[in-house]
Amino acid sequence: MTENFFSQNLTRFWELTGFANAEFGNFVMLAVGLFFIWLAIKKNFEPMLLVPIGFGILIGNIPFNTGAGLEIGIYEEGSVLNILYNGVSAGWYPPLIFLGIGAMTDFSALIANPKLMLIGAAAQFGIFGAYMVALAIGFAPDQAGAIAIIGGADGPTAIFLSSKLAPNLMGAIAVSAYSYMALVPVIQPPIMRLFTTKKERLIRMKPARAVSQNEKIIFPIIGMLLTCFVVPSGLPLLGMLFFGNLLRECGVTTRLAKTASNALTDIVTILLGMTVGASTQASQFLTPQTIFIFFLGFMAFIIASSSGVLFVKLFNLVLPKSKKINPLIGNAGVSAVPMSARISNNLGLEYAPDNYLLMHAMGPNVAGVIGSAVAAGVLLGFLA
Amino acid sequence: MRNESRVVDSVECGEVRTFKTKNKTFKMKKNIFVVVALLIAGVFSINARNLEALRINEVMVDNNSNIIDEYGQHTAWIELFNGNFAPLNINSIYITNDSTNKTKYAVPVGSEITTMGKRQHIVFYADGNPTLGPLHTSFTLVPNQDNWIGIYDAGGKLLDAVVVPASLGSDQSWARTEDGAEEWIVCTPNDAENYVTPGSANLIKDTNPRIESFATNDPNGFTMTLMAMCIVFGALLVLCLCFYVVSMIGKKTARVRKADAMGVHVTEVARGDHDSGEEIAAITMALHEHFNQHDNESFMLTVRKMKRAYSPWSSKIYGLREVPRRR
Repeated sequence: MTENFFSQNLTRFWELTGFANAEFGNFVMLAVGLFFIWLAIKKNFEPMLLVPIGFGILIGNIPFNTGAGLEIGIYEEGSVLNILYNGVSAGWYPPLIFLGIGAMTDFSALIANPKLMLIGAAAQFGIFGAYMVALAIGFAPDQAGAIAIIGGADGPTAIFLSSKLAPNLMGAIAVSAYSYMALVPVIQPPIMRLFTTKKERLIRMKPARAVSQNEKIIFPIIGMLLTCFVVPSGLPLLGMLFFGNLLRECGVTTRLAKTASNALTDIVTILLGMTVGASTQASQFLTPQTIFIFFLGFMAFIIASSSGVLFVKLFNLVLPKSKKINPLIGNAGVSAVPMSARISNNLGLEYAPDNYLLMHAMGPNVAGVIGSAVAAGVLLGFLA
Repeated sequence: MRNESRVVDSVECGEVRTFKTKNKTFKMKKNIFVVVALLIAGVFSINARNLEALRINEVMVDNNSNIIDEYGQHTAWIELFNGNFAPLNINSIYITNDSTNKTKYAVPVGSEITTMGKRQHIVFYADGNPTLGPLHTSFTLVPNQDNWIGIYDAGGKLLDAVVVPASLGSDQSWARTEDGAEEWIVCTPNDAENYVTPGSANLIKDTNPRIESFATNDPNGFTMTLMAMCIVFGALLVLCLCFYVVSMIGKKTARVRKADAMGVHVTEVARGDHDSGEEIAAITMALHEHFNQHDNESFMLTVRKMKRAYSPWSSKIYGLREVPRRR
């Protein structure tokens, strides 16, 4: 009797362990998680994002007996992970991240040279180019919209939109978006070289004028009112972005701006990264759709970077000689802040060691943040 | 002499202070008043917006074999629809079948079932017996005659009203074509299209019509791309133009200020002249080198003894024992 009881409990315990419930997919996903952590620590690719996501993938892919009612899985209602995941599924983490981005971002470069906003708009063609390809592959319009937003190179926006349009694809979309953002230094330079001539790469731009405090305060207010009147569906992202920026620039809420840009952003980044990673359970992630999503994300990045560079070339045709723009800042129209602006700067320095493009590239870069949020609002408005 | 001047000074200061204090108090009161007024306006607007989306959605006057209430009775029923994308508590509203008596049946306070979920429905039984529960009205509906039904908010404002036609047959309902829609139709239980739907959506959809529309009319995504890119460009172009205007105003103001500081006429300050950060930095560096100036310090040095009890947790010895990380 005692022996029977003993063996029964041991058997039950064995059935609960990860070893008894493991499937091949779990091991594949664990390898993916470890690869992300390796990329972050050894290669320094977006460590702030890839470490939480990578470890989240490990957490989410520990096999367990789902029938045991342990309430530990991220998709099991009431579990701790499920409660933390609510910020992703209900879409309230991304606006909080945008609050932090707003509080961190200096829009001076954009205010000093407003025409750079158009480069940020042009780069959004990456989103809609990928949308057309996704439709051609056979995705439904709402799924195509959610996947295409990867081209905006904006993780929080991608998560926000996919949580509304295609929640089942969110894990793959988020991982794809963050992976390509980490790979921006690899993807963008060849495209920038391909579409520019040596002469164009040497264009020197006039230093931006100093922007007054009043202009910096007016920018988030007018920016929010204008963009949200045009695209109210982008309100959660745009409202929080400009609100964060007002906290930074108004000069009387330094403490709030500091909290939004440091502690709050860090907390939300940890939770967002970890839960997005944990949501990529093998059964949901290892599907043919994920391969398509990664392919489409790559396409979107290429189209976005190319369209930004080509738009600058086109724009230069109508600009006077003294106001020409270096097309190397065109890639910065995607909103991977500030990596893509840094790439413009590095490439500029490669061809002329004293041609610093960083501040000029920051203009389209932050315009890209606004542009991708507007594009997300448009897609949400049309397809939700 | 000194004393006299002191007396005069203190009197003047006192007056100014009194005036300033009064002024400040007045401003504070004004600010508080503005904040309170805004809050009240906000609360009222929120209330109004929530209840204004409440609709009478479907009505059955002669119920012979349709739904039964919690006592197993077939009675006339009125379905309300919450058009908000947020829960709505309707315990403050009135339902009536008499336009001259707005407060005929008040939805009772304190019941959880009168809180409607977002875009959800609630069915009231018009059996004239409110003691049976919060969903039983104090009036009945009469078959074969027009029945006017209205709902009012707590302040007596009409939220919605409908006249149910006398022509309605047994077990037929008078319903909006779709939840919250303007058009009304007659619904019959076994009708394939216009069927009776107490407590649920009047038109049950299995697909999102907007997505269907895009899938049908824009299969390759050109229209979406064109529309969306126009909107994105439009939004950023308007923002861009706005900031050209703002920067022009800024430059003009800067010119006026510069002219004032230099004591010359505005026109003498060159147009398009702007101070870039680099220029300002260069001028500052030049001035610094020329005058070799420093900020005036207070020339006071204070050394305060910091008392801190020894603790192994804050000891440097323990901290230094950590092995440096190899990169």
